[in-house]
Amino acid sequence: MSFEYTPENLTKLQEMVGRYRVKRAALLPALNLAQQQLGYISPEVEDYVAGLLNVPVVDVHEVVTFYTLYKQRPSGRHHIRLCRNISCWLRGSESIEGYLNQSLGAGEGEVSQDGRFSWEKVECLGACEIAPMLQLDDDYYGSLTREKVEEILKNVKD
Amino acid sequence: MPIVKLLSENFGRREARDIRWYRDHGGYEGARKCLFELTPEQVVQEVIDSNLRGLGGAGFPTGRKWTFVPQESKKPKFLVVNADEGEPGTFKDRQILTWDPHRLLEGMMICCYAVGIHTAFIYIRGEYVRPAEILKQAMADAYREGVLGPRCLGKDFTLDIFVHEGAGAYICGEESALLESLEGKKGWPRLRPPFPAIEGLFACPTVINNVETLSHLPRIVVNGGKWFAEVGSPRNGGTRLFCLSGNVKRPGVYELPMGTPLRELIYEHGGGMLDDKALKAVIPGGVSAPVLAAKEIDVPLDFDSLIKLGSMLGSGGVVAMDEDVCMVRALQVISHFFAHESCGQCTPCREGTGWLEKIVTRLVEGQAYSQDLPNLMRVAGNMIGTSICALSDAAALPVRSFLHKFNSEFEYHAQHRRCDVEERKATATPLARSAV
Ligand SMILES: Cc1cc2nc3c(=O)[nH]c(=O)nc-3n(C[C@H](O)[C@H](O)[C@H](O)COP(=O)(O)O)c2cc1C
Ligand code: SF4
Ligand code: FES
Repeated sequence: MSFEYTPENLTKLQEMVGRYRVKRAALLPALNLAQQQLGYISPEVEDYVAGLLNVPVVDVHEVVTFYTLYKQRPSGRHHIRLCRNISCWLRGSESIEGYLNQSLGAGEGEVSQDGRFSWEKVECLGACEIAPMLQLDDDYYGSLTREKVEEILKNVKD
Repeated sequence: MPIVKLLSENFGRREARDIRWYRDHGGYEGARKCLFELTPEQVVQEVIDSNLRGLGGAGFPTGRKWTFVPQESKKPKFLVVNADEGEPGTFKDRQILTWDPHRLLEGMMICCYAVGIHTAFIYIRGEYVRPAEILKQAMADAYREGVLGPRCLGKDFTLDIFVHEGAGAYICGEESALLESLEGKKGWPRLRPPFPAIEGLFACPTVINNVETLSHLPRIVVNGGKWFAEVGSPRNGGTRLFCLSGNVKRPGVYELPMGTPLRELIYEHGGGMLDDKALKAVIPGGVSAPVLAAKEIDVPLDFDSLIKLGSMLGSGGVVAMDEDVCMVRALQVISHFFAHESCGQCTPCREGTGWLEKIVTRLVEGQAYSQDLPNLMRVAGNMIGTSICALSDAAALPVRSFLHKFNSEFEYHAQHRRCDVEERKATATPLARSAV
């Protein structure tokens, strides 16, 4: 499956490249854009972005595997990041972890049967005042209890 | 102490994101004063006088740092804003980005004018999607109103600002790793020298400052550096956003003068411990900071006082733990973090963080080997001062402090292969507990 940016994304990338003294500096923004479009970074995306920015494919792959936000395979339609670090742990993140496991029927890193959700444990998300907390797609939710997580998941539409 | 709000006055006020509201309430007056009334040298002097110190964690005097950048340079100079906020226990930059984006932009203008910079990048952690949106909106407004761009505030001074999103890696908060990342590479910290002030982004002179540090500048310029210095404690100017979390009643960001006692933060501002349990331990500056025992909380919260106590003020992330927390498990959470986040470049750090986690996990799981405690100390000792960046030390020093200050808990795990805190919790009746 080959990959190409949509025309809008290609325009966006060209604008981004213009900000930097070297083309390669647009690599993270370029990968972010590709992931927004496709949902993950496939080998084809790596080839394509490498070509556009004139960076060796191995370097692109190295970057993709270094950063945790890049997904190398499709996740659920909605992705949950549950914070496991100190402040969230002190306020009961392990109980939320148990709940996600159980209610989604999917372990960490897996996708639920219906394809809607996937989840993973992550390090501090910079929102320890609302511990325990999680990120669902682009938003933060905090002061979690099992009931509250149930409610949050129920309110996800598709 | 009277409450002084220099950074947090607009927190919770949606309207402050609006550039017109911000300007109607004194916003961009600091930048205007710089551009129209002060020379760059005068601005630098105000910042030196203010005793403002880097609030990203290292506490380096901000004004002095700027003076390392060559005034005359054939290459362009850059400002890079560190908005990668990743130190566990820290959540202050998110508040500024969310509630007061113009204050950061104004601070950046002041820095750029003082150092002679015309291009700036804000490196923001990839998870901060909403804060980045707010920031980009504020920037678009500032360009539209002529605050940023080719003629800032109508003066013959150009400044362009770009937002650059990270992609998830704690190490990219370390300034040289951040530069590598900004150049499109994996975040491997650089060997120094050369320092970023001489060869930073794209090998050009670069200032790197934290979001909170820069956001202090508008008020410093308007009220004067000396005034700011007086708000704080000696050599530690102004206020700081303390991030309080853990087992306290009211976790949150509290802006307090430098030098405020830790006890006051926890018991007055934070409302004390949840369920009125006893305090056992406090991490005073993000998990890289060695832990303090409850009896040490009369320390003034400033950079120098915490160094004297063998810890550090770091990022201002204060994490309070109560009597029911098993310190061995707490250390496991922290050790896992560092093992996960080591970039792998230096052997002592890559191997050391892995071993620390492995040994502490053995202790937690009741599978301790007889030499585990001395081995922990030995591994930690080999990691200090032997690596390219400060992550290695940051992973090792807390281990020493945990073992030193909570030795009996570690000994219990090592000898009995059980947790005494868990046992006590399971057997204690409510009455017996209140007597503790
Ligand atoms: C492992 C590590 C992680 C760091 N993470 C951050 C961070 O997330 N945000 C930050 O501002 N500084 C961080 N720093 C400190 C930066 O290297 C640098 O000192 C700071 O951005 C300079 O800005 P300041 O002088 O305004 O504090 C980190 C340092 C280390 C060693
Ligand atoms: S000390 Fe650790 S994180 Fe820092 S450069 Fe070396 S391996 Fe990487
Ligand atoms: S520890 Fe969970 S958000 Fe910081």
